[in-house]
Amino acid sequence: MIRLTKAKALWIYETMVRIRRFEERSIELFQAGELPGFLHAYIGEEAVAAGVCAHLTPKDQITSTHRGHGHMIAKGLQYKGMFAELYARATGYCKGKGGSMHIADQDLGALGANGIVGGGIPIAAGAALGLKLKGEKHVVVSFFGDGASNEGAFHEGINIAATWKLPAVFVCENNGFAESTPRATHQAVQDIADRAKAYGMPGIVVDGMDPQAVFEVAGEAIEHARKGRGPTLIEAKTMRFLGHYVGDPGTAYGHDKEVGKWLKRDPLIIFVETLKKKKWLRKKGIDAIHTNVNKEMEEAIEFARKSPEPDLNDAMTDIYASV
Amino acid sequence: MREILYREAIIEAMDEEMARDDSVFLLGEDIAEFGGSYKTTVGLLEKYGAERVRNTPISEQGIIGSALGAALVGMRPVAELMYIDFSAVAMDQIVNQVAKVRYMFGGKANTSLVIRTQGGAGRSSAAQHAQSLEAWFVHVPGLKVVMPSSARDAKGLLKAAIRDDDPVFFIEHKLLYLERGAVPEEEEVIPIGVAEVKREGNDLTIVATSSMVGKSLVAAEELEKEGVNCEVIDPRTLFPLDVEAILASIRKTGRLLITHEAVQRCGWGAEIAALAAKKAFDYLDAPIERVCAKETPVPFSPKLESYVIPDKDDVIAGVRGMLETV
Repeated sequence: MIRLTKAKALWIYETMVRIRRFEERSIELFQAGELPGFLHAYIGEEAVAAGVCAHLTPKDQITSTHRGHGHMIAKGLQYKGMFAELYARATGYCKGKGGSMHIADQDLGALGANGIVGGGIPIAAGAALGLKLKGEKHVVVSFFGDGASNEGAFHEGINIAATWKLPAVFVCENNGFAESTPRATHQAVQDIADRAKAYGMPGIVVDGMDPQAVFEVAGEAIEHARKGRGPTLIEAKTMRFLGHYVGDPGTAYGHDKEVGKWLKRDPLIIFVETLKKKKWLRKKGIDAIHTNVNKEMEEAIEFARKSPEPDLNDAMTDIYASV
Repeated sequence: MREILYREAIIEAMDEEMARDDSVFLLGEDIAEFGGSYKTTVGLLEKYGAERVRNTPISEQGIIGSALGAALVGMRPVAELMYIDFSAVAMDQIVNQVAKVRYMFGGKANTSLVIRTQGGAGRSSAAQHAQSLEAWFVHVPGLKVVMPSSARDAKGLLKAAIRDDDPVFFIEHKLLYLERGAVPEEEEVIPIGVAEVKREGNDLTIVATSSMVGKSLVAAEELEKEGVNCEVIDPRTLFPLDVEAILASIRKTGRLLITHEAVQRCGWGAEIAALAAKKAFDYLDAPIERVCAKETPVPFSPKLESYVIPDKDDVIAGVRGMLETV
């Protein structure tokens, strides 16, 4: 069992705050008309990204989803580049060409958010294959949702990973809704983790609202993968606190009724209790984290606002390495 | 020069590149012990082992996604799709992932991978195993598309494709695998994006791809007896395209016929016709002609199949028709 240390706990808490505040401010900016496109907020699911990525180094890789800001922040991507990307600026992680759904940084092992549901899963298997062939002890974590677990890409990707015993961990963030479709109307299984058995890999359900539980389960799966023992499917039961996208009230499909009981289990609130009980963090420390995060964020927003838009010529670069 | 089979040229290219670069590896259905459905990987398992010559499940999305993921962490995978028809099963990975990640990520992504596949009719393989779908991939910015018509081109271009830092969609032809051609013993890398004039002539330009190159050369020999001297150009890469080679030929001959095995409508030939109409309009002495497959799924019946797929007589008829219009 991999125990939560004070250092990791503080990192997880700060990371969750970074994600939550990033999303809250992004929503404000989006609603103020400052950001183009659309947004999928990760609020409510922070414990999963933070609890898993607490085990990863920059050489470990992740693939993510359309709801990917949280994973990217947890993987070490910085506010400046992320806000600049949301503002479609040349200084963004993707030079303003990717936007919210495609933020990536190969140098930090972030193989991209992904606009195609399930699209990252086979890519994660391949990255794990590449690392294995290179003889490196790094691992790949693929984040995806309950909706993705019905895509062919999920079945093909995890089957390949299991068959080849690849160093990968598949983390299904089951937030109960595939866009607007409740889980019970899109799959007969109660637990997506059960599907792991069909592919010959361990499948574990974890409380995705509890950062410590996620940390412990992910730690074991990642160690398992790092030691060459193959992949694991983790199903984190969680809930997005908002609609599918910013602007979706969630009223048409029962999300608004479902979310109430989950709000009481807000990972930021319950983890503060854990930290206080262990005497690892007091109110002063919590306030300091919030103050620092907010300061860094406002600076990043100003940086993004002042950054240049891409040059028109940039539309035609980065299509090929060379032609 | 020694002569080898087109499929042997493919094997040689991969063999040489695997020997040269440890990051090159192969994955695909039945490519290991079985040597590939068209025997294009024979002997490579024995030489390079199961880590680098990997049999996959029948999971086309998984194959292409795995190739992309491996490329992103620095490998140079060569993924085989047994039939180009099966690319439809893997289309998300090819079109939305492989072709897009470099651009979406602002240029920071290694996407050095080759997707090898084969298409074309002529073996009664029917509608799901005999298509010519190259235009789908030319249409997607981010992909390079190579379509070799000879053993020599197949080898030299596959070597270039494996070394290329961009994703290359490499389309072989099932009927060409058993054609023999001269291939130099010494290493030859044929650059992507360079056409070849397969036959010089002054009266009419035939731009042909894949299996239609050989058919056009035969047609040109027959037409020569009638005093018509055709130039046959094989672009070899459909994107990037050697535009100048095609335009230079049109400026010389004043007539353009395009032939490919794919159906005509929205085929790659339409792009070439538009290009010629725009950039060589003043040189054209006759309407541009296209000789392509009839617009139908490929039928099973050998009689029907040969009816819908263009042959050298269709090329000859097309040429004659153009000369009559003057």
